[in-house]
Amino acid sequence: MPRWGMAVDLDRCNGCGACVVACHAENNIATVGADEAARGRANHWIRIERYWEGEFPDVRLTFRPVMCQQCGNAPCEIVCPTYASHHTEDGLNAQVYNRCVGTRYCANACPYNARFFNFFNPAWDKPLHLQLNPDVSVREAGVMEKCTFCVQRIRGAQLQARADGGELRDGDIQPACVQSCAVRALVFGDLDDPDSEASRFSRSPRGTRLLEDVGTRPNVTYLARQS
Amino acid sequence: MTYPPAPLVDDGLLRPLVRRSSSPSPPVISSRIDSDLLRPLLLTSSRFYVVAAFFGAFVLAGLVAWISQIYFGFGISGIRRPVYWGFYVTNFVFWIGISHAGTLISAILRLVNAGWRRPVTRCAEAITVFALMIGAMFPLIHLGRPWLAFWLFPYPSERLIWPNFRSPLVWDFFAINTYLTGSVLFLVLPMIPDFAVVRDKSTGLRRRIYRALALGWRGTPRQWHRLETAMQIMAIAIIPVAVSVHTIVSFDFSMAPVPMWQTTIFGPYFVAGAIFSGIAALIIAMAVLRRVLHLEAYLHPVHFENLGKLLLVMALLWGYFVFNERLVTYYGNGPAEMTVFFRTQRDSFAPLYWTMVVCNFVVPLVLIGIRRFRTITGCVLASGAVVVGMWLERFLIIVPSLGAKYLPYSFGTYRPQPVEIVITAATFAAMALLYALFTKIVPIISIWELKAGEHPSPALIPPATEEHRLGELHL
Repeated sequence: MPRWGMAVDLDRCNGCGACVVACHAENNIATVGADEAARGRANHWIRIERYWEGEFPDVRLTFRPVMCQQCGNAPCEIVCPTYASHHTEDGLNAQVYNRCVGTRYCANACPYNARFFNFFNPAWDKPLHLQLNPDVSVREAGVMEKCTFCVQRIRGAQLQARADGGELRDGDIQPACVQSCAVRALVFGDLDDPDSEASRFSRSPRGTRLLEDVGTRPNVTYLARQS
Repeated sequence: MTYPPAPLVDDGLLRPLVRRSSSPSPPVISSRIDSDLLRPLLLTSSRFYVVAAFFGAFVLAGLVAWISQIYFGFGISGIRRPVYWGFYVTNFVFWIGISHAGTLISAILRLVNAGWRRPVTRCAEAITVFALMIGAMFPLIHLGRPWLAFWLFPYPSERLIWPNFRSPLVWDFFAINTYLTGSVLFLVLPMIPDFAVVRDKSTGLRRRIYRALALGWRGTPRQWHRLETAMQIMAIAIIPVAVSVHTIVSFDFSMAPVPMWQTTIFGPYFVAGAIFSGIAALIIAMAVLRRVLHLEAYLHPVHFENLGKLLLVMALLWGYFVFNERLVTYYGNGPAEMTVFFRTQRDSFAPLYWTMVVCNFVVPLVLIGIRRFRTITGCVLASGAVVVGMWLERFLIIVPSLGAKYLPYSFGTYRPQPVEIVITAATFAAMALLYALFTKIVPIISIWELKAGEHPSPALIPPATEEHRLGELHL
């Protein structure tokens, strides 16, 4: 059984935001408009956190892409009263939209603020409604949602591999953010496979995990900046 | 079964009660108890309809607000990422807290057989039931999809999906249901003899209704004995239930890894705060009843004074808990905790925080701590401050922590929207409305307990209290 994980090389990330756009397109995430976004209602399953260091003019800009960390010990899972948020066998932190009643407790418990609430029913301006991904369900108002590591792609690749009678190789699965990252800052793979690229990066001495002291055991590793 | 003849229990009701009151209250005349206390049931002035319509309009507005929230979407509230809980959960914790008035006053004072409790118990128990009914609405109101709330109920479904028993929200569900069932029993049991009194004094349809409510009460020694035994059992059973309810409500917060939430002190801190706000609500309710229903002969300054002293004790306890919580956080100096700490202590939430401290600690200490101010007016003013302060306390526990959770990039704030404010106002109106209607259906002061206090009968005193009588407990 694989254990899916990701490695993010902060040295490579230039904050272009392609992953955010790709994620919106792949996962049918509606845009909410300027007013709602200003009220903090924008839903980006992956976001580029932007931090300035130092005083002007000696400032340095750093980026950190943050998505659901797919925690091994996820605070969101235990607090959900209906099992809408639950753990899959391959280590994914899954969200069953149809089972969610909208207590928003999972989002409060999440230290990364990586969970999003649908305040209104989603709507797409024409012609964006024509590009909805048929593999991903659209979430109604009152339901929590979050990064799934593009579970539709994982399941699709697994089915394809089984149909072809072959093995799933490292790199066969690429979530939308990984696929769209021009500088290859994001790497996705099986952490239980010691030879996978994501697994090697995760063991790197540069590797840190976000808010590790909270005890969530994230499956996303950040490779610290060296420059 | 026979009991040894009991010595006369001096409840303090017949003695001059007021030590320093300038206007001594009229003494209770036993022959007038029935007519005095049944008057609100039998006579209804037009003023009552005006009051009921006034509060009913607020409740209606709250309903409209809730329906529009369901219709238009949760977005019309002020909730935003990352502050996903706001006014609704504040109200939930606040009203469940208010519901602790009944259990403490009634159950504990019953157990120690404190004589002065007799005119107070039913006011208190009614607050418990109504506050619980209102508080238990909020988990529904705050749901994203409230029509699916039954998924929290452990019913056998064809898909064999049960609620997640690890979730504190499911514990809440069980705790509140247990408490509501228990406190309804605790309220209704001692109402049976009073229903019989109303039955005997009324005619027509009312007589038929109260005959059904009185459950065949005849006042035989056997029935009295069973009622007293049942009340003893309920009084003992309801105290641990009440303590567990607010502990479990506090678990909603302390079980989540959120700065300033995840602390071991929340259980007792919430229970103390709940009893604190409950006593304040009781004092206000009693003062209103005394004025509106002309119960000066039954609710004496000494009742307010005794409850005021309880309020003072709880104010000190609350102050201790807040100091303890803050000091430990400050000493620990964790970066995430300190961000929330300073947000409430001196940044954007500081005005609310210091208002809370004044309302919950300084005002009760001055108004009740100083003997000259410990009048009915003083107690009511202090109680009003405490109710405001405790509401703010709940708010300040929830919102600043959620708004400053670890990663500074996603810090946020919260501003309530009209729909939340209207629903919050409607809950206070609902409390007043339910209480007003209740006084029209049930004698708000327990008639038989009052009489039992004046003419103690051996059959009314179960052996347990006979041996350990602490009737003279003037707190």
